[in-house]
Amino acid sequence: MNVIETDGLTKVFGDLVAVDHASISVEKGELFGLLGPNGAGKTTLISMLSTTLPPTSGVARVYGFDVLREPSSVRASIGVVFQEHSLDDRLTARENLDLHGRLYGMEKALRRKRMDEVLELVELSDRANDLVKTYSGGMMRRLEIARGLMHHPKVLFLDEPTLGLDPQTRVHIWDYIKKLNEEGVTMILTTHYMDEADHLCDRIAIIDHGNIVALDTPENLKAKIRGDIISLEVGDGHQMEPLKQSMIKEDFVRDVSLRNNTLRLTVQNGERSIPPILSIAAQSGIKIQSVSLRKPTLDDVFIHHTGRAIREESASLMDRIKRRRRR
Amino acid sequence: MKALQVIYTLWLREMLRFMRSRSRMIGAISMPLMFLIILGPAFGSSLQFRGIPNYLDFLTPGIIGMTVLFASMMGGVSIIWDREFGFLKEILVAPVNRFFVALGKAIGGVTTAMIQGVLMMVIAGMMGVQYASFYGALLSIAVMFLIGLGFIGLGIALASKIESHEGFQMVISFLMLPIFFLSGALFPIEGLPTWLEYLVYVDPLTYGVDALRACLLGTSTFPLTLNLFIITGFAMITISIGAHLFDKTAIS
Repeated sequence: MNVIETDGLTKVFGDLVAVDHASISVEKGELFGLLGPNGAGKTTLISMLSTTLPPTSGVARVYGFDVLREPSSVRASIGVVFQEHSLDDRLTARENLDLHGRLYGMEKALRRKRMDEVLELVELSDRANDLVKTYSGGMMRRLEIARGLMHHPKVLFLDEPTLGLDPQTRVHIWDYIKKLNEEGVTMILTTHYMDEADHLCDRIAIIDHGNIVALDTPENLKAKIRGDIISLEVGDGHQMEPLKQSMIKEDFVRDVSLRNNTLRLTVQNGERSIPPILSIAAQSGIKIQSVSLRKPTLDDVFIHHTGRAIREESASLMDRIKRRRRR
Repeated sequence: MKALQVIYTLWLREMLRFMRSRSRMIGAISMPLMFLIILGPAFGSSLQFRGIPNYLDFLTPGIIGMTVLFASMMGGVSIIWDREFGFLKEILVAPVNRFFVALGKAIGGVTTAMIQGVLMMVIAGMMGVQYASFYGALLSIAVMFLIGLGFIGLGIALASKIESHEGFQMVISFLMLPIFFLSGALFPIEGLPTWLEYLVYVDPLTYGVDALRACLLGTSTFPLTLNLFIITGFAMITISIGAHLFDKTAIS
């Protein structure tokens, strides 16, 4: 049985389709990633799965329970680590965990035992009796992960678990997530960090404007690009367009895109393609300033499917976010 | 059993927070305390109210009512803060009945309001206010519970509909203060101009303050049973509405 099954799951806010007929299934023990820019609909999707937002249409089942008809059973099976802080910062870590255990109907002895375990896991045992408001951002996030695990959930949702954290703390959080997943906890995480999705996830669904545009393992997603990526920079910006036109004509060039004064070519064999590219440019009198060759990353996969880079948050995207926030 | 556990958990949280924020409590009782310490002796010595031998005695139940009103309404509206600072999400994804969550939060808030009300009662006693009987004083604590429940229900209902801090300020200016001033906490409600009398009669706190006077001083405008009936009904209505609206709260 799949832990999560959705079919045609849709959420509409006014005239904005935040999630558009999403159909995913997540297997037991999987670490599943939802990758997309801000406002793509990742959080909305997670909110529907965690029963805090009713779907407009479509079906979603968590552990076989329907999110609309059996929300209590769904809630009992899941743990959620929200994007924004959701701790009571006037209480200590221990008190936050204790209240959580009580809400999930855990007996006192079990609460005590589990509290020590999860605090140990996220290495907060020595700060357990300090008020949460004295914690750093990374510590709060660790405590939230600990709390999400407190009641032994069958599925853990992590919404942008490393958002706003410094690089060192991010790597630390990644380690916890990996460790937990190895212990068999099924996890769904959203992120807009390519490296995070690549490093952690077994499978990734790429979301853009509410649509799932691709879904596969990171390896397969990258393999589908079929080739290497060559980036060219030109001294004179006006020569970009002619260079692009002459590259499009070449057979060995699979895909061409122009962004931020960099021409990005997808080619079958990177090493062998550089000499002809340089000679074509020289023939057209275009002076190339730099050339770089690399294997495809998830960034390239995203550009391949959406036509833009994930970090290029256009004005329309920001509008979408604002519109959603206002609701 | 499950319901009681949920109610207890939310109550426990309010208590833990309350114990952590003694400074806030001092802030909360400072205003009623000033009314009691300054207004009581000042009005008592310079003005003569119809049918009132001792103004400070008369004022004390009113100030207790004020304390409970302010504390409970603030407690209810504090759900806005829970939403702002995210803790509400933690509660809403838990496998618990939200009606009992709201009830637990309400009883927690009412408990803190009662503690403040009792504190006022003790301070007034030290200032020389003579209470009619010990049992009356005990009964007044039950009355505080009912008053608090009514207004915390109202606060929760409002908070479920209000989205911002601006709305919160509106509640204080346009609801809490009129409810306090119209309740007869500061003046006797007999012989008022008719238009004012009507407003006083629709104010639920009027009956709460009158019930407190019946318990603490042994004198009241309405029969105690009528007062209790009205404040109990008010509490049941607002708690039902508040818990219902809270249950409907969705978060994205």
